[in-house]
Amino acid sequence: MSAVTAPKRRFGGMYGGNARAIIERGFKATMTNNYLIILSGFFEPVFYLFSMGVGLGGIIGTIDLNGTEISYGAYIAPALLAVSAMNGAIYDSTWNVFFKLNFAKLYQTMLLTSLGPLDVAIGEITLALLRGGIYAVGFLTVMSIMGLALSPLAIFAIPVVILIAAGFASVGMAFTSYMKTFQQMDWLPLVMLPMFLFSATFYPISIYPEPIQVLVQCFPLWHGVELVRMFTTGVFTAAAWGHLAYFVVMLGTGVIVVARRLRSLFLR
Amino acid sequence: MSHSVIRAVNLTKKYDDFVAVDGISFEVARGESFGLLGPNGAGKSTTMKMIASVSTRTSGELTVLDLDPNVDGPAIRSQLGVVPQEDNLDGELRVRENLLTYGRFFGLSRAEAGKRADELLEFAQLSDRANSKVEPLSGGMKRRLTIARSLMNDPQMLLLDEPTTGLDPQARHILWDRLFRLKEQGTTLVLTTHYMDEAEQLSDRIVVVDKGQIMAEGSPAELIRTYSTREVLEVRYGSDKNVSVAALIADVGERQEVLPDRILIYSDNGEQDLAEITRRGHHPTTSLVRRSSLEDVFLRLTGRSLVE
Ligand SMILES: Nc1ncnc2c1ncn2[C@@H]1O[C@H](COP(=O)(O)OP(=O)(O)OP(=O)(O)O)[C@@H](O)[C@H]1O
Ligand SMILES: [Mg+2]
Repeated sequence: MSAVTAPKRRFGGMYGGNARAIIERGFKATMTNNYLIILSGFFEPVFYLFSMGVGLGGIIGTIDLNGTEISYGAYIAPALLAVSAMNGAIYDSTWNVFFKLNFAKLYQTMLLTSLGPLDVAIGEITLALLRGGIYAVGFLTVMSIMGLALSPLAIFAIPVVILIAAGFASVGMAFTSYMKTFQQMDWLPLVMLPMFLFSATFYPISIYPEPIQVLVQCFPLWHGVELVRMFTTGVFTAAAWGHLAYFVVMLGTGVIVVARRLRSLFLR
Repeated sequence: MSHSVIRAVNLTKKYDDFVAVDGISFEVARGESFGLLGPNGAGKSTTMKMIASVSTRTSGELTVLDLDPNVDGPAIRSQLGVVPQEDNLDGELRVRENLLTYGRFFGLSRAEAGKRADELLEFAQLSDRANSKVEPLSGGMKRRLTIARSLMNDPQMLLLDEPTTGLDPQARHILWDRLFRLKEQGTTLVLTTHYMDEAEQLSDRIVVVDKGQIMAEGSPAELIRTYSTREVLEVRYGSDKNVSVAALIADVGERQEVLPDRILIYSDNGEQDLAEITRRGHHPTTSLVRRSSLEDVFLRLTGRSLVE
């Protein structure tokens, strides 16, 4: 008899119940190869915080947030916190996944074992969100040291930021699962950069005309920025529920698309 | 539990309009060693993938270890060892880590996976490369590592898609020996190969496939008896003369195959045929009388030689 017990049937053969092993493999691969590279993405929002928050903030002074005056640095810091979560999650779930999917053929190997596509989806998305989470915790630390976390509730920004990272990771991987060439991957910055610049990151979106505001509100980063800002400033509105719901739906949709896509790519 | 570990009835796989596997039916008994033999593009790998439940059949029935691959992929694969045609090792991990993580994918404990990894490194003669990266390994070493990896979960059934392609003769013989021992312990083997000697050594039963269909089925000896003669006479006259000479000696032996580099004459007495040809004044540059092999069966059935 084999040393391995057969997993139960779950989701019609889509799930082997062992996504943990994929996460473990991810850690091992990172440790073997590129644990310094993993840090590089962390610094980008930190540099923005220094240059814009400290530099530009000195000129701008304070900003009005739903009736509360806060420093410019404290205004953009939570936005950059959301961005750092997004960056970590997106980097892992797009470029790394693209490589594993099209060059390393890693998922084919995983699917020769008792793992199913859902294990792969959950495992890889978790790795990406962990990276986003690590960036975010680091960033929150920097922010706190600089006195930019105004509310004691800022600590609860961590689970929120992890949810945001999860949303980005799952959609990032879903997107990548359709990409076949480097040229197609080049579309990514074309979405990411404007989203970064225009999502109430550096100024309130009320300066835009109505239709542009609506457009910005369709994109996930705006919801992330607004949500995180509530936690670090302590200025909450009921819209928080909407933002949370946005990320829950984003995560759920992403996981389902990825699992289906992996199934049609590798088990067709 | 039924006695067959694989049961395929009218198994069919289409890629869009192209039929890669065209309604094949076969059964494999527990502990049996079963070979799929066929030329390039015959549908061997596609069949293997369907058995490994990493490719979904288009129609027909397929049962593997009493389960349906369409819905029980993880459970089936937990009992399989799969050696794909192309090594797909994890280049981000080192040699031993490749085995370890693979074992962990099956849910083995770290201790168990570590123990098996060390045993299998020994078996694959890669113990001294345990901490090397995968990329600099030679082709044969990678193949051995892939085979070692397939044994991490101590499978009930091994699927080997051209397992020894790229191995040197010594490594092949060591692998055959090891596979033979696994078979003795009750492991079911399903293999595809281009090597006749490998098929004869390892398979209790063979199906010859071509263009997605089964052409013949039987033990190596049965196939040779049914589809070939006892002996084969090979004569060579040089590539420009083979065809013209063949026409003149067409009546010698039971059957003739003209290949670009030689003429094969099938009969029960090769020496006698050679004497007859020589008597007629057609002295070959070289000649050879040998026993029929699976290669001849293959040539007869598909009109092609196996190793292209
Ligand atoms: N993913 C795929 N999409 C489309 N066609 C495919 C796919 N995989 C295999 N085929 C086609 O199916 C046919 C059978 O392929 P398969 O790989 O099963 O052959 P094989 O018998 O293993 O050949 P070889 O000896 O060369 O490995 C081939 O014509 C191949 O082009
Ligand atoms: Mg093949």
